[in-house]
Amino acid sequence: MVELDPEIILNHEYVPKHEILKEKEVEKLLKKYKLESKMQLPKILASDPVVKAIGAKKGDVLKITRKSITAGEAIYYRVVI
Amino acid sequence: MNKNLEKRIELIKEYEGKLPKKIIEEIMEMAETTKIKDLRKLLERAVSEYERARIEPGEAVGIVAAQSIGEPGTQMTMRTFHYAGVAELAVPQGLPRFIEIVDARREPSMPIMEIHLKDEIKKDKQKVIEFAERIEEVLLKDVAKLEEDFAEKRVTVIFDLKALEEHEISLEEAKKKIERQARRKAKEVGDNYLVFEPGFSTLKSVRSFKEKLASTRLAGIPGIRKAAVLEEPDGSGYYLQTEGTNLKEVLLLPEVDPRRVFTNNIKEIENILGIEAARNAILIESKKVLDGQGLKVNPRHLMIVADAMTYDGEVKAIGRQGISGEKASVLARAAFEETVRHLHEAAITGEVDYLKGVTENIIVGQPIPVGTGTVKLIMKLEED
Repeated sequence: MVELDPEIILNHEYVPKHEILKEKEVEKLLKKYKLESKMQLPKILASDPVVKAIGAKKGDVLKITRKSITAGEAIYYRVVI
Repeated sequence: MNKNLEKRIELIKEYEGKLPKKIIEEIMEMAETTKIKDLRKLLERAVSEYERARIEPGEAVGIVAAQSIGEPGTQMTMRTFHYAGVAELAVPQGLPRFIEIVDARREPSMPIMEIHLKDEIKKDKQKVIEFAERIEEVLLKDVAKLEEDFAEKRVTVIFDLKALEEHEISLEEAKKKIERQARRKAKEVGDNYLVFEPGFSTLKSVRSFKEKLASTRLAGIPGIRKAAVLEEPDGSGYYLQTEGTNLKEVLLLPEVDPRRVFTNNIKEIENILGIEAARNAILIESKKVLDGQGLKVNPRHLMIVADAMTYDGEVKAIGRQGISGEKASVLARAAFEETVRHLHEAAITGEVDYLKGVTENIIVGQPIPVGTGTVKLIMKLEED
């Protein structure tokens, strides 16, 4: 079976921008939302096609910039499990 | 004048973190015609209105969402089942489709794809039609008649030569594919027929052998049963709507615009494009259902549903098999469905209920952690 090019996945209209947060940014995020652990964030599986495409690893926190019909843009976070 | 405009734009940009992008964009459009003093006032007012409009911490947004979708949903039940309309394909609409989405079924009862094409192709209707014919799956039973002879225990494939020609499949090619599917050579080969002797003794196995041959794929993409050519709503060309889906294979075709290939199969999107794309699909598909019924539901409620369904990294149904069945509290689960089973299992495993949720607190008669109930007061001792 031929594998899909990661570019195709990342450019699809349904797929928002995913970025891996740096350690410092994760700390800031946890502080901002008063979280005890990053595991309290919404999850994304390590087997997710986008996680594989951007090369994220377990424990990474992804910043997801969604297009929103109400706000124009909305930021969401998920932790890779 | 130009310098003034620059100043105004800078002023608006200062508010980027405080206001959502869409509002910033709207104000940006007014930058040219508004005085800087007014602009400052406008921005301040926008911020205070925005802060006021935001949902308050502790608000039970899930319950509000459930009610806001449920109320127009009752209306939908009444008129769903007999809805006359002209559609290229008979798509399940209204409540049945909504239930499908929320239940996170593996496959919708009518899987449909929308395939948009690259600019070079989509303007030429002839090319689009040719492409549609090429991706349509052609099975042996579409171009041939299969006869089973139970006495001789053999199966005869009689080709419809005209149909073969229409699909541009050569007899030789077809024969090869059928033999591969049958895992044996044809016993007898004629101008327009093939005879197989599978060597089975039971009648049932001869029948199943025939069925297996009938589903041999001769051309097209597996799963795509029908492709209709439709005009793009903006008039920029043509696109395809197909019955049956195969997202991955279609994305690999060079003719398609891979950014704009959609399917209504949410599980398929989850597998191929990821959980965030699935969230988008849930949102768009459920919005389509409500819009199609002329119901006005604030999209924010649908967003809550989509976020709740994708919170754990995989698409979960709303209900017993999904998020309600995975609540942390035993009492909450027992109150929902299968009361005895949950209490029984919890007793055996020695589960602890921390009384953090709404349901369990109602059961034990405490204030629920919603709204003002979310706040716990701690007295700050005066330091002297």
